[in-house]
Amino acid sequence: MSRFNPYGDSSGGSSLAIAGADFAILAGDTRHSTGFSIDSRDQSQIADLGDGLFLTSNGFSADAKQLVDDLRTQIKWYHHNNNDHKLSISAAARTTMMLLYGKRFFPYYVNPIMIGMADDGTGAVYSFDPLGSYDREPSRAAGHASELLMPFLDNQVTFANQLDPQTGEPRKRLDLDLQTAVDLVKDAFTGAAERQVQVGDTLEIVILTKDGVDRQYYDLRRD
Amino acid sequence: MDTVIDQLPKSVDAAAALPACVNGLPNFEFPSIDTPSAFLRAFTDDASNPDVPIKPQHGTTTLAFKFQGGIIVAVDSRASAGSWIASQKVKKVLEINPFMLGTMAGGAADCQFWERWLGSQCRLYELRNKKRISVSAASKILANVTYHYKGSGLSMGTMVCGYSEKNNTLEPEIYYVDSDGSRVAGQLFSVGSGQTFAYGVLDQGYDYNLSVEDALTLGKRAIIAATHRDAYSGNSCNLYHLKPTGWVYHGNYDAAAEIWRLKEAEGSFNDIRTK
Repeated sequence: MSRFNPYGDSSGGSSLAIAGADFAILAGDTRHSTGFSIDSRDQSQIADLGDGLFLTSNGFSADAKQLVDDLRTQIKWYHHNNNDHKLSISAAARTTMMLLYGKRFFPYYVNPIMIGMADDGTGAVYSFDPLGSYDREPSRAAGHASELLMPFLDNQVTFANQLDPQTGEPRKRLDLDLQTAVDLVKDAFTGAAERQVQVGDTLEIVILTKDGVDRQYYDLRRD
Repeated sequence: MDTVIDQLPKSVDAAAALPACVNGLPNFEFPSIDTPSAFLRAFTDDASNPDVPIKPQHGTTTLAFKFQGGIIVAVDSRASAGSWIASQKVKKVLEINPFMLGTMAGGAADCQFWERWLGSQCRLYELRNKKRISVSAASKILANVTYHYKGSGLSMGTMVCGYSEKNNTLEPEIYYVDSDGSRVAGQLFSVGSGQTFAYGVLDQGYDYNLSVEDALTLGKRAIIAATHRDAYSGNSCNLYHLKPTGWVYHGNYDAAAEIWRLKEAEGSFNDIRTK
């Protein structure tokens, strides 16, 4: 029996992404912990990959860092080989799959989420499992509080299993406007910080629109 | 355990982490230990130990059958990681090309990765030979891969479905290929944790002479039955019909809504009580 254990339990808290018709949001708290010890209250877990792409990878933070380094290298080589052509998010997602699946037999312990603007101008969220399986989704949460955040998104973004009280018909998912989405993200994280020890301190929100990148910070519980 | 990956040379070269692609394949990295397969099992096999840290996405009901009007392919859309529903709308039918479909059961990443790779191999075959690859040849490419990696920890159960040119006519073919290296031709298969429930419905309703409409209804009905009894299957059903002219997508059906509709329309699912 192999006692080889390359995986630690140091990690960021949680992250969450929402895609809109013309925006994409990626948010993560800035608490970093190892087990129940808080290492840092100001450790950003959102990586700027360039080309308007942002990535979080919850799981084991050393693996997450290595994945980001791998991706940056891939993107740099893509630019060298293709006259600085911008890497689209669909191609970046496939590259991420190749990197993760290349370690199929020695996996990275990560659950990555990537956001960017798709070629048609819509906001895009791509999420991955540790081995590279991926899909484009309307919203996704990962990390320690994913089991608290995801049901909240199902309820408030997709209106899963809800009937309109007036008509009795299933509630249609509406295209969120940016402000509503940002407010949802803040509510989701204040809620998660209330019940999950690894989540707290500061919420960092990256907002992507056709006009560029906006970063917002929002205080969470610090205990 | 002496499997292929246990015998491969172990590289600790950091540059090997980069996916230098050869033949569309990444340069697989292995841990520098004696038994990589035991290591992989200890950290990712949530079937034998629910507390493993790395939980790949699993669980499924998929089916495919031949009938007079072609091939019906129907699948559910749930992906679970342990008991957590990791995704509610997974695409478990992989569109290898306009004439060939692959289904996905077992490890989501293994199926997604290898069937996409298979799609590129099929395209290369077309370019080299100026004709479409047969389903038997395509499924054999996949089975050769799964046999090569046998015992290393791959997990996939897939049906490769499509039309092949045989004696100047197009004939439907279904091949079941799995991660043990099996490759079996047949006319009706169901694969995944909910397969037994789907077979129950398929076996009582199947007839080669089914009309297209009835065949689509049967495929969907079998998936809904499986989503009802198998906790690892659910959320929705994706339906496809393969014809000599290529595949046609017949839509996504919410399992939660579909079961009430069926109960009303067929008088079935009477274990579900209504007030």
